[in-house]
Amino acid sequence: MAKNGEERENYEAHVLAVDDSLVDRKVIERLFKLTSCKVTAVDSGRKALQILGLDEGEKSAFDARNSDINFDLIITDYCMPGMTGYELLKKIKGSSTFREIPVVIMSSENILTRINRCLEEGAEDFIVKPVKLCDVMKLKRLMFGEKNRVFNKRKLEETYEASPNGALSISSRSSSSSPSSLDENELVRLENLML
Amino acid sequence: MEVGQLQRSFLEYTSALFREGFLDGQFGQLQLLQDESNPDFVVEVVSLFFEDSQRILTDLTTALDQKNVDFKKIDAHVHQLKGSSSSIGAQRVRNACIAFRNFCEEKKVEACVRCLQQVNQEYLLVKTKLEALFRLEQQIVAAGGVIPVLNDF
Repeated sequence: MAKNGEERENYEAHVLAVDDSLVDRKVIERLFKLTSCKVTAVDSGRKALQILGLDEGEKSAFDARNSDINFDLIITDYCMPGMTGYELLKKIKGSSTFREIPVVIMSSENILTRINRCLEEGAEDFIVKPVKLCDVMKLKRLMFGEKNRVFNKRKLEETYEASPNGALSISSRSSSSSPSSLDENELVRLENLML
Repeated sequence: MEVGQLQRSFLEYTSALFREGFLDGQFGQLQLLQDESNPDFVVEVVSLFFEDSQRILTDLTTALDQKNVDFKKIDAHVHQLKGSSSSIGAQRVRNACIAFRNFCEEKKVEACVRCLQQVNQEYLLVKTKLEALFRLEQQIVAAGGVIPVLNDF
């Protein structure tokens, strides 16, 4: 059920950040908190799966499948010892519970084959490190703060295709484009049209 | 020293660090993330970087000292250091790491030892300079002033 305006304003998106580097975790956490998101930061893909309840081995203190904890975005480093970000991405996209959560990959290496592989596997975006404030602000648009975010985004695209006179053009979800560059106010206005 | 003077010294010192390539734009990004609710953010992140780097540099020294050098392990360590230095904007450390990784690929121990010396040197340099910068900040705050922000980095 869509939230009313006030609930939407107060909703804090919850981000799961995965990075083996302590320095990077601290920076990512701050970047997202600055854009009013709650952040859970873990140091491995394994821990991320445990929190999601997808780890076949140990059980975490809380299991996101059974709790009220919902993640609006998962952002993960690519190069990590143990499980890579790519492997984590595959596990998440392979889960019926979590495959709708947007996953963003970060990497210090700008390798086209790597980027394509991740996008093909369903990553929403690929960010080359070091991560900047503008990168995170762009990601905010992926989250919207609505539980049915994915539904809304698709509906937005359908709405736009149906009205060729729409003033804005939504970039198609091709592999190399960045998330839709709709202005925040436009997004809210369009959402309200659908309520 | 009065506040205005301290602030000018701070700005001059910071500019020089950027100009001389010790720091790059990413350091400026970190400064953007600092505010009244998180007044020590930059110091905290940089301190983590110092701890992390110290550990990695020690591990690298040990690894290169082995009879059978594990280049893969060394590369992994250098990759880590490259990442964290990049994240705080320590440009010269990052560049030294990139050069180091090239020699890891070629599996040349002597060259790697020299690279490690280079990385270590750059690390100590930036550490000294950042510590001086933070001391200046403390002086400004102690004198009742606000830490000025450099606009162009």
